[in-house]
Amino acid sequence: MSFLTEIPTMGRTDLRDFKKGIDDSFREFTFNYGEVIENFFEPLLQFMIWFERLLLAAPWPIILIVIAGLSWLGSRSWKLTVGAVAAFLVIGYLDMWEDTMATVAIISVATLLCIGVGIPLGVLMARSNRAQTIITPVLDVMQTIPSFVYLIPVVMLLGIGKVPGLLAVCIYAIPPIVRLTNLGIRLVDRDVMEAAEAFGADYRQKLFGVQIPLALPNIFAGVNQTIMMALAMVVIASMIGVKGLGVPVLRAISNQYLALGLLNGLAIVALAIIFDRVSQQYGKRLQRHREGGHNV
Amino acid sequence: MSEAKVSIKNLYKIFGRKPADMVAHVENGVSKADLLENYGHILGLNNVSIDIAPRAIQVVMGLSGSGKSTLIRHINRLIEPTAGQVVVDGDDVLQMDEAQLRDFRRKKASMVFQKFALLPHRSVIDNVAYGLKIQGVDAGQYTKTAQHWIERVGLSGFENNFPAQLSGGMQQRVGLARALATDSELLLMDEAFSALDPLIRSDMQDILLALQDELHKTIIFITHDLDEALKIGDNITILRDGAVVQNGRPQDIVMSPADDYVTDFIKDINKARVLQVSSVMGKEQGIKGPSLEANTLLEDAMQSVIDSKANGAVVTKNGKKVGTASLAAMVKAIARAEKTGDTETYR
Ligand SMILES: Nc1ncnc2c1ncn2[C@@H]1O[C@H](COP(=O)(O)OP(=O)(O)O)[C@@H](O)[C@H]1O
Ligand SMILES: [Mg+2]
Repeated sequence: MSFLTEIPTMGRTDLRDFKKGIDDSFREFTFNYGEVIENFFEPLLQFMIWFERLLLAAPWPIILIVIAGLSWLGSRSWKLTVGAVAAFLVIGYLDMWEDTMATVAIISVATLLCIGVGIPLGVLMARSNRAQTIITPVLDVMQTIPSFVYLIPVVMLLGIGKVPGLLAVCIYAIPPIVRLTNLGIRLVDRDVMEAAEAFGADYRQKLFGVQIPLALPNIFAGVNQTIMMALAMVVIASMIGVKGLGVPVLRAISNQYLALGLLNGLAIVALAIIFDRVSQQYGKRLQRHREGGHNV
Repeated sequence: MSEAKVSIKNLYKIFGRKPADMVAHVENGVSKADLLENYGHILGLNNVSIDIAPRAIQVVMGLSGSGKSTLIRHINRLIEPTAGQVVVDGDDVLQMDEAQLRDFRRKKASMVFQKFALLPHRSVIDNVAYGLKIQGVDAGQYTKTAQHWIERVGLSGFENNFPAQLSGGMQQRVGLARALATDSELLLMDEAFSALDPLIRSDMQDILLALQDELHKTIIFITHDLDEALKIGDNITILRDGAVVQNGRPQDIVMSPADDYVTDFIKDINKARVLQVSSVMGKEQGIKGPSLEANTLLEDAMQSVIDSKANGAVVTKNGKKVGTASLAAMVKAIARAEKTGDTETYR
């Protein structure tokens, strides 16, 4: 009867050996390839360090001008531009400038990396149904698995620092841009694609002349979501040595500093809102040509 | 008729999992409905053979689903056939490799689409220049050529508009200019005017005919509208369930429809506006009346016979008498009774 009340298990020793086997072989892999992998990411690390230093070394008024300029170029809205500058002034006034710059640095690099890897992956998925059936479940896992779980192998492999932090952020943040690039390309009007084909466009001409431009609003929605998700990872990434607004939040949790946690949390929210609104406005402007508005 | 520009030989297209295995069934006379019912395959084209004359407008007509779009897409190989041959200018399109096919599509055959299929993110001038850009023509040249064709289709002033800002008729002018800009001899038009309002459609037909008077392209024009077919076609092929049921000059089709399907098509048209006196011409003696050229439409012929209170007309060709046509014969031709009782069959 115990068969019905107790689910069959593997047996203690077997299970322990099984887990130990996995741990050992991964440790061995780390031991053998850790350095190779670290070297592989070295240029990325250097770039991140350089970018963060640049942001920190630049006089604050210049940073504000750049932020104002980017907000204006992205959104063409005075309200947003003024709001963004005001938010950064308040952040600076409350002495969160340095952490904010560190966060902006990692978010920017993570977003660039996600775009650089995610768009080609999305293109590949759109091109081949096989690729789509393989990549989709991987993306599902990446989006749903608790981030702490993949922090373990990342830390085992690369230790604590900027690069593992960056990887953790990217694993979490890359799925939307891959998915939306794939979707955007698949949604491109078949008639238009047929026309390109009929006029003798080759693969590159179809991809860069028709598919990507027409998928751009979707791709951009993906970029926007990727930025938001990267920001959401800031606190968790700070657990493995990423500097930025997450660090004081962690300190606030362990010491019950309500104000510290709240202020830094709000700074993250402010960044999120600015990034989101500016990139959304930009995405909307990409679709201008779709507006009919018969001015004829 | 000189050498065919496009020659389609025994073309079959069957959609489904194992199309090649189905050709034999179709050859043995399995119908489109039976092929679907018993074998789960869709018959797209059934042994189509047509020779298309150069420098003329070939119309392909048929009800929705009769295989018109499938047929025209074989000519530039947007669709691969199940069996058969497509020869353009003596070259077998199906033997071309990828690069040759691209070159063929760039330089020899351009297409106009039912739903326009313009690039929504590009301006009118960029759309018209599209084919040339694809070919790698330099910017100065393609701008000049595109500008020229924009003027020819009457869109000057709209160069920098986006397609979504234009009406349907104007968008299709862009589509036409885009196809003309590559200067290919073959123009494939798949229901190019079907999506337009009747008045605009008629305008577009006039534009096309005026351009054709000058350009003398080989145009393959798909339509499901007989009035359109008669207005612009030099030759008409009628498709039904993927097979050719009749192929001939507009006159021949109106005078002697091959079967009920075709009869059904022509039953509502004004024959006096299609038929020429030559089609009712005979050798009857004792007819006195005005001299009319053989290609005079019956509508005009009857008017002038009645105006001159005659009993018929003398038919001439280049001024020389070739026969006579009695008023009675003219009336009989346009009044020819519909013999079928079940003309609803194909609706
Ligand atoms: N890709 C396809 N797969 C399956 N059946 C198709 C496909 N394309 C066309 N058909 C079928 O082939 C027949 C002819 O279609 P089509 O050439 O589009 O007709 P038309 O243009 O005359 O309306 C129709 O029965 C249609 O359902
Ligand atoms: Mg069609």
